[in-house]
Amino acid sequence: MKESYTMAPVPLIEIRNLTVGYDENIILRNVSLTVLSNDFIGIIGPNGGGKTTLLKAILGLLKPVQGEVAFHPSMSEGNHHRIGYLPQINQIDRKFPISVTDVVKSGLMSKNRLLGRYKTAEVEFAYALMEEMGIAGLRNKAIGELSGGQIQRTLLCRALVNKPRLLVLDEPNTYVDNRFEKELYEKLRKLNENIAILLVSHDLGTISTYVKSIACVNHSLHYHPGNRITPELLEAYECPIQIITHGPVPHTVLHQHEQ
Amino acid sequence: MMESFSALLSMDFFRNALLASLLASITCGIIGTYIVSRRIVFISGGITHASFGGIGMGYYLGFDPILGAVLFGIFSALGIEFFSKKADLREDSAIAILWALGMALGIIFIFLTPGYAPNLMSYLFGNILTVSLTDLVLLGSLTIGIALFFILFYRMILFIAFDEEFALTNNSPVKLFNLILMCLVALTIVLNIRVVGIILVMSLLTIPQAISNLFSRHFQSMIFLSILFGFIGSMAGLIFSYIYDIPSGAAIIFALVLMYGLIKIGFVVKKAMAKG
Repeated sequence: MKESYTMAPVPLIEIRNLTVGYDENIILRNVSLTVLSNDFIGIIGPNGGGKTTLLKAILGLLKPVQGEVAFHPSMSEGNHHRIGYLPQINQIDRKFPISVTDVVKSGLMSKNRLLGRYKTAEVEFAYALMEEMGIAGLRNKAIGELSGGQIQRTLLCRALVNKPRLLVLDEPNTYVDNRFEKELYEKLRKLNENIAILLVSHDLGTISTYVKSIACVNHSLHYHPGNRITPELLEAYECPIQIITHGPVPHTVLHQHEQ
Repeated sequence: MMESFSALLSMDFFRNALLASLLASITCGIIGTYIVSRRIVFISGGITHASFGGIGMGYYLGFDPILGAVLFGIFSALGIEFFSKKADLREDSAIAILWALGMALGIIFIFLTPGYAPNLMSYLFGNILTVSLTDLVLLGSLTIGIALFFILFYRMILFIAFDEEFALTNNSPVKLFNLILMCLVALTIVLNIRVVGIILVMSLLTIPQAISNLFSRHFQSMIFLSILFGFIGSMAGLIFSYIYDIPSGAAIIFALVLMYGLIKIGFVVKKAMAKG
């Protein structure tokens, strides 16, 4: 994976004129976006604006009504795409009887692994990941015994265990404390040396310091290269955002454009 | 007492009852853990009651009521899936409608059947002591099928049940597995109707799991513990029913709930003691 960093970035995903929704209910209209192999895109926008819908279209969970989501050949492995997915934490049933190790290993499933046999190297990589994320000691715990932050780490391991080229995260900063949030973003920055990242977040303030570019999704999509967010920009794109700050953090979260 | 039990053991009907308890414990232990983990207990209740329509149809048309129950069970399992996903009906409403429709059809068919419906009570409340060889062969085949399916595809079953959407992003055969598992759920319910009856079969799929959940939060150990507790409960129920001459199905459920209550109290006391 190291070499992808030194090579010129390639377009991993090209979304062209995508219209998508649930049955009759169209959520996104005519959206285009290219994700390069070294991108770190923050996806922001109001609730119900279609952030998660966009992710679902990329993940193949929703079929486009119009347009397409095209993948670079290097994104395909067997019959699935090399995308690691971290869903919103409330998608997960925390009372489900499953161990941390099994959740992480579930990231290795695909059609050609019907019987669930793993190679030694894969299992070792899974353990190394859990070590790195600081959940090695929780391996045999059931997920019901974990805190929000520990579940997020577990889900991040699951998303990474299949060595994706693109990591897609849906609100990874819900139910986590400030310390973990900072740690998470530092980890993502490091991961971004090798893989592309798409990050959905409602917390505009924090992500703007880590992402490389911003996509504002509100039934349509406006791509903004660079991570500086100005009120004018948001207004111009009709992208009303609630800026949420936690506790005594600096309140100036909107950077001004340099003069 | 011992003599009477050994005499009991030498009797065919009791040996059949023992074997039926064991097979019921295995099938309900595995499938019940799946149902409880996926939170589809209500769906299973719908399938159970809808299958009564098949029993009535069997009586009316003169074939084995269990065969009718199998048909209705599987169709209602698939029907719930279809009506909630395709016909834009709320899932719990779809379940309630099929639940009531099955019962209504059953009542109509039985009313229309001339004469009297033999063994009707045994379908409603179960009678493990009248389990036939055919019932045992059917239940035995199902046990082997379920055990093989879960041994071979354990991880895939677990992962799809845990996070269906994530499994879809991995291109896992989610639809196929859900279909097979819903059919196994329907078959487990229907074939265990002979053991504890329509009204009580849900308890065999949930109480052993509730007990094992007190000890474990892992899918695999919940399966094994549920089989164990299910078997202990069935045995205890059988003995109760023999000693006090009460219906076996009800006695089994009573024994299971009693076991749950005692163990739960044990845990609460232990916790209180630990706190000092």
